[in-house]
Amino acid sequence: MAQLPADPLRIIERFGPHLSSMAGVRLSTSVEPERLVKTHCCFCGQQCGIQLKVRDNQVIGFEPWEEFPFNRGMLCPKGVKRYLQGSHPDRLTTALRRDSSAPGGFSSMPYADAIARVASEIGRLQQAHGPGAIGVLSGASLTTEKTYLLGKFARVCLKTPFIDYNGRLCMVSAGAANKKAFGIDRVTSPWDDMVGTEVIWAAGSNVAECSPITTNYLWQAREQGARIIIQDPRITPIARTCDLYLPVKPGRDAALFAGVLQIMIERDWLDHAFIDEHTTGFDKVAEYCTQWTLPRTSEVTGVPQAALMQAAEWWGQARTSFLLHARGIEHHSNGVENSLGSINLVLASGRIGRPHSGYGTIVGQANGQGGREHGQKCDQLPGLRDISNPDHRRYIAGVWGVDEHELPGPGVDAYEMFRKIDRGEIKGLISICFNPKVSLPDNAFVTRCLDKLEFYSAIDFFLNDTAWHADIVLPGSLHEEDEGTVTQVEGRIIKINKAVDCPGDAREDWRIIQDIARALGRPHGFTFESPREIFEELRVASKGGVADYSGVTYEKVTEQMGVFWPCYSEDPRTGAAIDHPGTPRLFERGSYNAVAKGSGPFYFPDGRARFNVAEYRPPVDDASDEYPVYLTTGRVVSQFLSGTQTRRIGPLVKQYPEPRIEIHPRLAARLGIKDGEWATAETRRGAITLRAQVVTTIRPDTIFIPYHWAGKKSVNQVTVAAQDPVSKIPQYKVCGCRVRPADGPPDYAAVLEPQQ
Amino acid sequence: MPKPDDLHFFIDPHRCIGCQACVQACTECDTHRGESMIHLEYVNRPESVQTVPVVCMHCHQPTCAEVCPADAIKRTGDGVVQSARKPRCIACGNCVVACPFGVPEVYEDRKIMMKCDMCYDRSSVGKKPMCATVCPSQALFFGTREEIERLRPLSAPVNTFQFGGQTITTHVYMMVPKKLATPAARVDVAAAMDEQPRNRVVSLRVLNADPFAEVDV
Repeated sequence: MAQLPADPLRIIERFGPHLSSMAGVRLSTSVEPERLVKTHCCFCGQQCGIQLKVRDNQVIGFEPWEEFPFNRGMLCPKGVKRYLQGSHPDRLTTALRRDSSAPGGFSSMPYADAIARVASEIGRLQQAHGPGAIGVLSGASLTTEKTYLLGKFARVCLKTPFIDYNGRLCMVSAGAANKKAFGIDRVTSPWDDMVGTEVIWAAGSNVAECSPITTNYLWQAREQGARIIIQDPRITPIARTCDLYLPVKPGRDAALFAGVLQIMIERDWLDHAFIDEHTTGFDKVAEYCTQWTLPRTSEVTGVPQAALMQAAEWWGQARTSFLLHARGIEHHSNGVENSLGSINLVLASGRIGRPHSGYGTIVGQANGQGGREHGQKCDQLPGLRDISNPDHRRYIAGVWGVDEHELPGPGVDAYEMFRKIDRGEIKGLISICFNPKVSLPDNAFVTRCLDKLEFYSAIDFFLNDTAWHADIVLPGSLHEEDEGTVTQVEGRIIKINKAVDCPGDAREDWRIIQDIARALGRPHGFTFESPREIFEELRVASKGGVADYSGVTYEKVTEQMGVFWPCYSEDPRTGAAIDHPGTPRLFERGSYNAVAKGSGPFYFPDGRARFNVAEYRPPVDDASDEYPVYLTTGRVVSQFLSGTQTRRIGPLVKQYPEPRIEIHPRLAARLGIKDGEWATAETRRGAITLRAQVVTTIRPDTIFIPYHWAGKKSVNQVTVAAQDPVSKIPQYKVCGCRVRPADGPPDYAAVLEPQQ
Repeated sequence: MPKPDDLHFFIDPHRCIGCQACVQACTECDTHRGESMIHLEYVNRPESVQTVPVVCMHCHQPTCAEVCPADAIKRTGDGVVQSARKPRCIACGNCVVACPFGVPEVYEDRKIMMKCDMCYDRSSVGKKPMCATVCPSQALFFGTREEIERLRPLSAPVNTFQFGGQTITTHVYMMVPKKLATPAARVDVAAAMDEQPRNRVVSLRVLNADPFAEVDV
């Protein structure tokens, strides 16, 4: 398709984002709910327990769920107002087809006709160009059942290798590092373990705004004596009162970790017994670190020597500790090395797999953990299996009742899929739960690719910005309209419960996927009647894999208020059937896992963790004479991801209506930029004009722009599409830019509402 | 479950992350649905991310009630100062001017003063107020004295405040650091980048006799 079906303003006028508000029964205090449904928040990876108030098939409010152990009733503003995403004026209740004669560019059509059209287009393109002409983009906010079904749908029904998901923009650097170092990709410990620890080091994690509930764990740990170290280019709310603040220059994290490890080695603050007994590869890491002298580390990272020394002293000499990191060190073309650098600090300390000592990445997306385990990733099969491993392929082919040779091999990452679209190799696309036109870097390129597709169908509950380019839009389900499981930040599997039915022609996403399979004449393996049936097959498919869910049942999840995987149906030692409660803490000494088979606590055949040389590389498109300022991006507390949901919730939009450019007064003064006035940030990709917010809480060589907005307000117009060579995560957290006062207000200011 | 009488409200601005979960949750309260009674402000956003949540302190001898010419503001037996009573309130705003904590607000469209009533529909039956239930940093905490002593060894609850010649005691407690060793809050990244950090931090000086924090910038 060459053009959008209508002027963007007309699409926005018809499909939003418009704002929901507290009105009608949601404002009334005399209307009692018929029932309370215990479920979880639909937004971030914390997955707070919440009770939804339901009346007349509508979610009318919420009640805190104080018994749920992770958040005990606590919620951030998104959780409090999440109920306002339902019964929304923008909700898609019918299938849509592209129709440039219709106001807003789309007209309604019968659901069955839409499915028939999708199937016939897929069939046509695959017949002409082969199975790989179709790609699938999926998401990590879906339930694990749906992510499992989508992986199977791509490989078994479409027979295409090209499926990938938006976890590619989130957890893959940490995931790749975890697998390299530990053989398993999960946080090591429940968050309760933090309270009572001596040091917590949070690197590149704006805890207070991106994982707000974790804040109380950090503060409570401090009440019990913990010191908090925060590594961030900005004084975020969690950094404001931390015990040690490391104001790292964007993109220099691997250097910082190497420098601190070098101090620990020089001072012999190492756990030699642990290193000897439970790890390999330390000597090579130590050799690499020798070049990271204190003065050089300080120079490269922008962190004072005294602060680096203090960090090494506290970390090196602690008896218990937690290291947490998030996108701040992972969203880099060096994201895997950054993560490995932090892991090296943990392994050198030996403080892992014990009470009050742990390590982990704080996942960002709702099902950031479960969504990366069961096969929607391009190189993966269920149970954290590898699609290139013949044994893994045979096992999964057996579960799916297909010939192993029919299973496609590994595909490519989400960004590379767009490059394939650009080259004409992928001609048709199905997307769900992914808004790449907002969320991928250099998104003008993504937009051009969308326009090159011969056929594009989007499944969604609101018409997101990417779906503007679709030929057919299928009305999917909101979080509260379906059930299933999700695995949250701690590795705890939890249960999402259905509160209301889908409105109109909308239906559960797994039904839509299966309807397409049936219409293609390929229903084999897609005749599930419920999420529970999908989960039962997932249990079998994951069995024997590293992410083993075989012992998990819906009932166990509900009774225990969560089950930590691996959770076995058979004792991995003896093969006898067991009622396994799950594994809250990984890597305990003497623990048994199916990979090491008793030789050690880590998930490698020798049971040992791996030190990996975590090499510092300067960022791609680093600051230069031409583009002298670092641009970094991230979240605000009241918005989530590309804003498809949160930019439609009135009270959340009011809290932080539009993106702003955070800039230090020293830099602002030099450039003539004033607080509240329009400023333009320019990179090699283009320019963005937003109001400036002049604050001392950011490095004077760096600006920050949050990424939740679309169109001309999208910072991903100007971010760089550089990727980590291993994880393929984009380098969102740094690129060179220059900033100047704007020539005047941008065109959009006069015509768009803040959220649009 | 503890008796309502044993439960107290504690505010610890040191913990506040400014997320506004309290503000958003306050609008869900049955006694003032759609309106937040919490004031959550940045102290000085250009120089700090510090925010301070303000709920009604529920004074033992409420100034707002003392200055009310219509006798519209009542303190219930359990120590909660209620919003103005609708039939009596004349929306004169005396309470707004007089409250030493800046809590009450007059809603001109309704011609009435409204303020935090500690989620009376919830707290009077032993449940936590909405704000303190959801607060992700637990800067707003609702529980017993024993719980706060066990959970917050680094700070102490204070409920006596001095405003000029006026001494006020309150039903709600502020948590204040027990010692000066509390890390100084960070306000400027540029200061943290220097090898010899300059005096560019906010320090809270807490005196025993005067629980009010004095702020040096």
